[in-house]
Amino acid sequence: MNIGTRKILDRSFTALGIGSIVVMAIALLIVLVPIITNGIGAVFFTGTVEHRKMLINEFKRGDTDKLAEEIASSDRYRSTVYKMLTGFEAELDRMPPEKKAEYKEKYSQVKPALQALLGPLPGDPEPMLTRFKYGQTRWEKAEEKLHDFLYESKWDNSNPNVMSKEYFVSRALGFEGTTLAQLFPYVKENIDHMLLPEFTVYWGFITDSSVDSHFFGGIWPEIQGTFFLAVGAMLFAFPLGVIAAVYFTEYAKPGFFNSMLRSANSTLAGVPSIVFGMFGLAFFINTLKVSESKSVIAGALTLAIMILPTIIRAAEEAILAVPKTYREASLSLGSTKWNTIATVILPAALPGILTGGVISLGRAAGETAPIIFTAAVSVGSAIGLADVFSSPTPALSWNIYNLASEHEAASQIRHVQYGMVLALVSIVLLLNLSAIVLRARISKKLKG
Amino acid sequence: MLMTADAREISQRAPAQKATRDMYIPPARKKISGGGTAHISAKEFSVYYDEFEAVKKVTADILSKYVTAIIGPSGCGKSTFLRAINRMNDLIPSCHTTGALLFDGNDIYGKFTDEVLLRKKVGMVFQKPNPFPKSIFDNIAYGPRLHGVNDKKKLMEIVERSLRKAAIWDEVCDRLDKNALGLSGGQQQRLCVARTLAVEPEVLLLDEPTSALDPKATAKIEDLIQELRGSYTIMIVTHNMQQASRVSDSTMFFYEGVLVEHASTAQLFTNPKDPITEDYITGRFS
Ligand SMILES: Nc1ncnc2c1ncn2[C@@H]1O[C@H](COP(=O)(O)OP(=O)(O)O)[C@@H](O)[C@H]1O
Ligand SMILES: [Mg+2]
Repeated sequence: MNIGTRKILDRSFTALGIGSIVVMAIALLIVLVPIITNGIGAVFFTGTVEHRKMLINEFKRGDTDKLAEEIASSDRYRSTVYKMLTGFEAELDRMPPEKKAEYKEKYSQVKPALQALLGPLPGDPEPMLTRFKYGQTRWEKAEEKLHDFLYESKWDNSNPNVMSKEYFVSRALGFEGTTLAQLFPYVKENIDHMLLPEFTVYWGFITDSSVDSHFFGGIWPEIQGTFFLAVGAMLFAFPLGVIAAVYFTEYAKPGFFNSMLRSANSTLAGVPSIVFGMFGLAFFINTLKVSESKSVIAGALTLAIMILPTIIRAAEEAILAVPKTYREASLSLGSTKWNTIATVILPAALPGILTGGVISLGRAAGETAPIIFTAAVSVGSAIGLADVFSSPTPALSWNIYNLASEHEAASQIRHVQYGMVLALVSIVLLLNLSAIVLRARISKKLKG
Repeated sequence: MLMTADAREISQRAPAQKATRDMYIPPARKKISGGGTAHISAKEFSVYYDEFEAVKKVTADILSKYVTAIIGPSGCGKSTFLRAINRMNDLIPSCHTTGALLFDGNDIYGKFTDEVLLRKKVGMVFQKPNPFPKSIFDNIAYGPRLHGVNDKKKLMEIVERSLRKAAIWDEVCDRLDKNALGLSGGQQQRLCVARTLAVEPEVLLLDEPTSALDPKATAKIEDLIQELRGSYTIMIVTHNMQQASRVSDSTMFFYEGVLVEHASTAQLFTNPKDPITEDYITGRFS
């Protein structure tokens, strides 16, 4: 190959390499930026007096005196609203029947919209679900609900050839000429006096349990569940994996049996995780009966089987990378094979083994499929350590999927979904980062 | 004496120049008390890698407390023979032996020989310094700990004694807790000698211990061998014939797996019996 062609090839490969890295980085940014900005919104946001009310009622946290003052101040504005409602209801009664029916129909939409914004109205029965006990706790949600209150959403399907289009009609117009007409501008004007928005830092999002399937509260049960599952999986898989790697590298005699084992291990590494999930259900729960039904232990065992091949491979590579001279030195001093492995080979291979371990830990934390049938429930409280043998647990990976797709009010709790995603991404990133730091520190210690 | 066609051809070239032999006259050495008995004996001893016979029917006695050098061109089986003595070749699955190799009269490859015990008595220092990635102290204490010494004070004694014997105590006594990989190559090699001495072996096998070292470090190792002479049976493989003549009492010359000549160093270098030996030591080939 002549030098010109070679240079052009060299350059194009460099460009290709840099190009693909740039594409990767941009893709990562596109994914990470919304996750981070929205996820942070679960902890840092503009909260309303309803949020503070909820915190004191549900979690006994917050400044009761300040809240009482705030409620008093907010009630001054709210009472005007309530008066307008009762005034209009009286007016309704005095109307002629046709008109009354027409306005009653429209009025029936106003009250729920107002309830969604401000919470239960005076005289309403105590709601069954916690989500209906409070108005909007987050300011950006309140603004949405305010819009719903001010405008009625209608669909224009006059033209059958195009998709129907949504348009908004002011509710105030519908009540023109009645006493209720002034309600809408009043609420619009005074919404911040009624909800008292205030910058809020809610660390409880990380440490609180959820209230009413994630309408309020935090994601601690999911974080703890993820932790239990991932650490549990490591407790099984790490020792087993290292022992298997030692067997493969130090004891196995080359032959049919050994190459079978090796290819089985490689194949296992490529099996889709949902298959591990089914296997976990069939083997650990139905056959071995480690628990009655889903449990942390069953999930941890399933995850352990899934990450085992990765741990074995990483450990094998780390052991094989230990210089042969260490082994020779140790044996020549009259050390037994086992002693050489325990005191020289494994310590020298430790950085690689641990890196594989921590990366597997991250994978165990992030996988959804293996725990669907074996360990995960969508809603639940944090379980105690003693319950791991009998109880299932919520977990970040599964609940992200669940909240986004199966939750009955998925669109109303996007901030929780993003918060969970950010928590999971952070945990996995932190684990991988700690793997790098750990590796560097041990390698430095070994190198002297 | 067995001889291959190649070897014969080489030996038939021009006669050796006697002048160059003077540089191999060994220096005067101190008398050794005791010793001189056959510590290691090979009888028709061969080492194979699969079918390939790397060491061919060697018969020789290695005398206790003396220094025996093994010389010969690259690939002639020096390392293979040396590593057969403490069974380091066991690490190579394809390697097997025939004939007898005795240590203190016991067959090294006998059914009931414990190779771990054997290696405790027959220590080895390798071509490339290979300290563990541990502290200097832990490197030396590694062997004694293996063999059951755990008392901190006792270990410290052993470490100091071994480092002194290996003539490196003064250089490292103030940094015993530092990683051994921080030492220079020559220091590392002496550390490896000290590490081997700490196990209190009877035999010391050195496989080209100075080939990775500079001349100054080499001189230190050679001095060290002189210090240890008389206390241990020492076998040293070397490429450097001057080194062999400087440090050894007797020399074995290997050629293509065959032990061509084994004699006192003075005799082998000044009056070799075999023409190939003569060609080799006069630098006609290497
Ligand atoms: N592990 C091995 N497998 C197969 N052949 C080997 C192995 N080690 C050495 N040999 C062969 O055995 C012969 C002797 O090698 P060696 O003892 O290392 O020679 P020397 O130390 O004298 O240079 C060489 O021909 C070498 O190629
Ligand atoms: Mg060699």
